[in-house]
Amino acid sequence: MPKKNKLFRFRAPFHLVKRNDMRWWQALLFRLGAVVVGLLLMCLVLWIMVNANPAAVFSNLVSGCFGSQRRTWVTFRKMALLLGVGLALIPAFRMRFWNLGGNGQILMGDLAAIMCMYFCGAAGWPNWAIILLMIPSAILAGAIWGVIPAIFKAFFNTNESLFTLMMNYIAAGLVTIFLGAVVTSGSGTLPMQEAGHFVSIGGNDYLLVILIIAAVLAFIYVYLRFSKHGYELEVVGDSENTAKYIGINVRWSVVRTMALSGALCGLIGLLLAGAMDYTITADSAQNMGFTAIMVAWLAKFDPFAMLGTSFLIAFLDNGMASGVQRAFGITNNSIGQIVIGIVYFCIIAVEFFINYRIRRNHPTLDVSVNAEKGGK
Amino acid sequence: MTETRLPYLDLEHISKSFGPVHANQDISLKVFPGEILALLGENGSGKTTLMNMLSGIYRPDSGSIFVLGELATINSPKDAYAYHIGMIHQHFKLIEVFTSLENILLGVPHNKKEKNNPDSYDKGSAKDAKKLVTKICQKYGFQLDLDKKVYDMSVSEKQTLEIVKTLYRGADILILDEPTAVLTPLETERLFRVMRNMKEDGKSIIIITHKLNEVLAISDRVAVLRKGECIGSVNTKDTNELALTEMMVGKKVELKIDRDEPIHPTPRLEVENLCCRNEFGREVLHSVSFTANSGEILGIAGISGSGQKELLEAIAGLQRTSQGDIYYNDYDDSEERIDLKSKSAAQIRNLGVRLAFVPEDRLGMGLVGDMDLIDNMMLRSYRSGKTQFVDRNAPAALADQVVKELNVSTPSLHTSVRKLSGGNVQKVLVGREIASSPKVLMVAYPTRGLDINSSYMIYHLLNEQKKIGAAVIYVGEDLDVLLALSDRILVLGDGEVRGILDARKTNKSEVGLLMTKQQSAPKEEQEGAAHA
Repeated sequence: MPKKNKLFRFRAPFHLVKRNDMRWWQALLFRLGAVVVGLLLMCLVLWIMVNANPAAVFSNLVSGCFGSQRRTWVTFRKMALLLGVGLALIPAFRMRFWNLGGNGQILMGDLAAIMCMYFCGAAGWPNWAIILLMIPSAILAGAIWGVIPAIFKAFFNTNESLFTLMMNYIAAGLVTIFLGAVVTSGSGTLPMQEAGHFVSIGGNDYLLVILIIAAVLAFIYVYLRFSKHGYELEVVGDSENTAKYIGINVRWSVVRTMALSGALCGLIGLLLAGAMDYTITADSAQNMGFTAIMVAWLAKFDPFAMLGTSFLIAFLDNGMASGVQRAFGITNNSIGQIVIGIVYFCIIAVEFFINYRIRRNHPTLDVSVNAEKGGK
Repeated sequence: MTETRLPYLDLEHISKSFGPVHANQDISLKVFPGEILALLGENGSGKTTLMNMLSGIYRPDSGSIFVLGELATINSPKDAYAYHIGMIHQHFKLIEVFTSLENILLGVPHNKKEKNNPDSYDKGSAKDAKKLVTKICQKYGFQLDLDKKVYDMSVSEKQTLEIVKTLYRGADILILDEPTAVLTPLETERLFRVMRNMKEDGKSIIIITHKLNEVLAISDRVAVLRKGECIGSVNTKDTNELALTEMMVGKKVELKIDRDEPIHPTPRLEVENLCCRNEFGREVLHSVSFTANSGEILGIAGISGSGQKELLEAIAGLQRTSQGDIYYNDYDDSEERIDLKSKSAAQIRNLGVRLAFVPEDRLGMGLVGDMDLIDNMMLRSYRSGKTQFVDRNAPAALADQVVKELNVSTPSLHTSVRKLSGGNVQKVLVGREIASSPKVLMVAYPTRGLDINSSYMIYHLLNEQKKIGAAVIYVGEDLDVLLALSDRILVLGDGEVRGILDARKTNKSEVGLLMTKQQSAPKEEQEGAAHA
């Protein structure tokens, strides 16, 4: 009879068990817990770095977001914009088309709108006519920027992540070229345009953006859940072969979905141009195309869950920038971002604990003890 | 078996639950040295769960495992090897870009050679491993090319590699999880020869399988599991197919496939000189001609990779054809012959051709794994209605009907099909395809991986479709079933029609001979690997 095999001696002290039994509210509690742990870790780091009192960090975080009526509106508008970009991305993401080009698509929409404002404004068009031209141009520009990589993906099977990413740089380059052509002053910045401003609802400059995004939210929810297109794109995302088997035109689905994705990004660019900035730089998209990827992933591509994730990210960003950093004299924005990153890490890490349970490996005897309990 | 012998492996009161599901309940089982134990049970009866506990992938909730009389703790596959237990999984665990030898060596640490002992080897070194592996191969009669990359291997070669790897790591008890599911009859015979050699050498083997004839052919003892409980074990020589089925299912089962005479067969699908090239430009179908009649089941036999998949996909509009025609006639509706050649699946549908297709790859082609039952039912019907919105009411009713009529076990209609077991996935797919009341029904390996009850239910469903006048094309691998179910059998070999036989008059050896005639073996095997 063989002796015990000596080849393998190491024994791990624990093992992982997949969980299937977690309820939605338990998962929610886990995620909230992760936010709390993340915030505490953040306080710890700030305490070490700038000797910040944790209570003061919290109060500044809140006051940075909601300290004044204006700040509250700014926070909610930021949340709405992030949500809007996230909503633009999820049709593509659900099709497993990894659109990393949100920035470029926003920027192209922005650029198209600004060009309308600049040239038509100079030509003396009435405001309403300029706005009527801005809307389709911005949406079309975003859609084109989304469709180009989709066509290459559909017909030549190029990698969409790289392609969309590169398109961001081209878009930024185009903005720089435009600025170089029209800005004659030495500063290199385009002055705020006077023509083509969107209306403010009841004197409130923020409400328009928020309402438009709310409409987009409703549209995307219905599109994904109840429309034939939404159903098709999900089939394509799960299995291209099944899509072909059932007679779905896969190429057309890819192109169509990316046109939608790009068009919605273009809409965000339009809002940046016509309702917020009235000018453009190569950084106008503020990396929202990337931040919104996080909004979408954390919410597992669920439009309504994205309300929560976009709020969280807007809250942390604004609270850090206009609250904590100001209060503790942190002038370097990167430090604020790194500290926020701690919270994100915790949120991402908790997914592991939602999916798996860690169990200790018992020494040999425990199994037989269990046997006595469990057996007859 | 005399109970006085010391069992190699002794499982006592093993239980394991996944949430509310009791996968194994109080199972006790013994395995003796030098015996082949067949573990028999329907889908979801807990066979694989039990074996995964032996190989260290799961841990039992309660109960104990004794190896050679000693209490064993198996927390990982490494621990399992320490107890000389090795498992060959249904889905192979090999590194595709490595050679056989590299796969065998992976994770085996070096050990010190004893000086002056020519029989002492360093198991971790490639040079010594080569010698040792060659020895193992000679001893048991394996054929294995040590320098071949895994991606170049056929399914059967990969399996051989898995077994040799397990033996090299010192396993004395081998667990084979449905090893014959992917093998041709010839390869199965070869495997059984090797298994007998290993048994003679004193190794114990546990084989998990559904196929009763194989159980009777290879095993010494059979243990039957039903719904997570061990119903009992019997000596193979004291039992027969019917008795085993009864133990497995828990009630008497009729192992008979009905075959009525076709009613008014008229040509429904006429395939003429169909030629087809695969993406690498190799001819996979060569001048295939046949007619499928209404009210008839046409069986297609052939070694896997002989062009069955391409033939069905060409008819369904999923495969580009280079030559030939496919005509569809529906004399009930019109006199018109419709040419399906070079039409896409969507075009064929829009022509009003009622063609249903149950592809081989259920989750990869027929269904959407992450969608629930209702949305999967909707795949065929979601286009109906003039609005841009989908209607989920009719698919929900259909899903409910399929679940009830075909006994699909699912927690709810909102469960994603990926979470269902193989048999239930197949029932969902077949149910949906039949619900479209097809004129032509094509099924590829519909009972692969299904238990007896489900298999016979599928045969019954095919017979029903035949009765109401559908032309059924059945691609199968089990010749016994093909002979019992079909009216005519078309034998494919190397992409050519080797013959069309009357299933009532032919026999297994005639079909088998046609299948293997003029076949260049290595090429065939590669085809098998490519499609696996």
